Amino acid sequence: MQITYTSGEQVEVYRFSIPVTIGVPLIAFFLQAFVPLRFPFFSMFDLPLLVTIFFGMARRNPVTGLLTGGIIGLLQDSLTHQAIGIYGIAKTVVGYGASSLGVKLDVENAGSRFLVTLVFYVTHEVVYFLVARGLVGQNLRWSWSHELWAALANAFFGVFLFAVLDRFKQRA
Amino acid sequence: MESVLGRYRNLIILVGVLFLQVLGLAVQVKRNAENESSRLIRIWTVSAVTPFEKTLVWIQTSTGNIWHNYFYLRGVRAENRELKAEIERLRLQQVRLTEDAEQARRLQALLAFKEQFISQTVAAQVIGSSGSEQSRSVYIDKGTREGIKPDMAVITADGVVGKVLRVFHSTSLVLLIDDQSSGVGALLEKSRVQGVLKGTPSGEVILEKVTSDELVQAGEPVLTSGGDRIFPKGLRVGTVSKISSGADLFLNIRVKPAANLSKLEEVLVVTKVEEKEIAPSQNSTMRAADILAQRLPSVPDKPAVEDANKNAANKPANSLKAPGSAGAQTKPAPANSSANPGAETAAKPTNPPNTTSAGGPKKSAPPSGVGGPVDSGTQINYGSQVPPATARPANGAAATVKPATAQKPAPPVVKAVEKTAKPAALPKPKPPQTGNDESQPDQAKPALPDQASPTENKPAQPKADQPKVDQPPPQDSPQ
Repeated sequence: MQITYTSGEQVEVYRFSIPVTIGVPLIAFFLQAFVPLRFPFFSMFDLPLLVTIFFGMARRNPVTGLLTGGIIGLLQDSLTHQAIGIYGIAKTVVGYGASSLGVKLDVENAGSRFLVTLVFYVTHEVVYFLVARGLVGQNLRWSWSHELWAALANAFFGVFLFAVLDRFKQRA
Repeated sequence: MESVLGRYRNLIILVGVLFLQVLGLAVQVKRNAENESSRLIRIWTVSAVTPFEKTLVWIQTSTGNIWHNYFYLRGVRAENRELKAEIERLRLQQVRLTEDAEQARRLQALLAFKEQFISQTVAAQVIGSSGSEQSRSVYIDKGTREGIKPDMAVITADGVVGKVLRVFHSTSLVLLIDDQSSGVGALLEKSRVQGVLKGTPSGEVILEKVTSDELVQAGEPVLTSGGDRIFPKGLRVGTVSKISSGADLFLNIRVKPAANLSKLEEVLVVTKVEEKEIAPSQNSTMRAADILAQRLPSVPDKPAVEDANKNAANKPANSLKAPGSAGAQTKPAPANSSANPGAETAAKPTNPPNTTSAGGPKKSAPPSGVGGPVDSGTQINYGSQVPPATARPANGAAATVKPATAQKPAPPVVKAVEKTAKPAALPKPKPPQTGNDESQPDQAKPALPDQASPTENKPAQPKADQPKVDQPPPQDSPQ
């Protein structure tokens, strides 16, 4: 498990082409909406969240990260029947946090990615729970066991997904 | 100042973005009316995502069709699909008929009662889901173009799925019944207890608002009650899986949905539900006695009765013998009817009119409309209102007499008589024994012979397709 503190100058900053910037979140939405119909267990994964974390950590720009997270979250909200903004707020926070963390930590190796994804998944769920319950008034129940299992599953999946998405990175 | 803004630029932007989103949320929560303010972004997202889903579903379906219809089992799959559609239709029909029958018995007094039935549906394919565990909804490939509207019921052959929540041009969002914001008016099939079916955050389905003094059993089917004005009454929702005492004197009833909500592929959107009033002359007014009368032996064909009438007119002495004579012994005793004139006669209304008139010289009216004064000159009018008492003829007696007093002429009974007046070739159940077996007519006989004639009164041979019944002894046989 290697999490190395690095200075801003030492950290690699990446960018992505426009097709990747638009296409990857769209594919994530599509898979998130389509695959659970055939494999219901897949609904425990949150592909848009993983994409948000990946883009945030790779770009290492907090403003870009929060905007990416916000847009992805709002689009995810619009696929549900709920009020738009719950996922938006949660993913904005995660995008900002991931990009801010990416500036300070080396998140290129699998171990750090696993831990970062685990932490940000729980953060995302906490923010979602607070907003949905506190602002919208939804009747949600918090289950630590469910959230931790889901966080572990997303972290494992995230490691492999990030390895795939690394191929689309371009040096800035 | 600039240095402060520059130093906390990211944080300020974060707070600003969050504030805007919170503001947007507040606006939506306050309006709370279909979130029309956010419709545009929903249309954009749905338009961006659903074409992929539709394409993939189309490719999947096409590939599957090519394989299954041409390579794997040519034609069988299509036939199977047709049969499944037929089963779906028949199940819907069965549900409706069963529920209607129950309804008719319970609500027979309410002539203005309205029944609902599904008259038009649109088949749709599930192309996607919301992708969120907190939002249990799916997208179907039919929208305003196909006439889908919000609040239409969505069902499968197994049971209720949900309702249409939002409609787009070629897609619709369906809210599943296990979502926590859904609500379905439901009732338990046996106990007729009504409640509200709701989803829980964990994806379970519970029946709320059922008080703890109600008797609810696990495994009891749950149907739609129709009270929500979305789902027609009588559709299967699920079965009770677990019952426990909840808070505030209400039961905590968990329901297992009949439809597999996690693996939906094809659904039916109910686009038209018709409502009509039951006509008073329909079976809704049928009494239990009338139903029983339908099951009793039939009235013979008219020509046969006319023949027998002629024979009876030729032999009035035989047909109107006094009780105790040989002829009277072969006919049902009047004591049968007079001894039990109440419910017994209502339920078994066949003996009295014929037995009293044919078996004895009684001319007075029986106590409760059972039989009537002897009038050998009148013919049996099959098209007129005939009380249940005439639904079952006795041997030869119906040919000579007719109960003149129909105290309670009811249209359903006429129906019953008309039905049973068909040729008696159809197998019929054995009538209930009244204690005097000899008084029972031969059910297997298509036409009733003159009982006074011993030669014509031989027991008819039962046909092969008829149930074997006890044959009465010959008329002149010693008792």
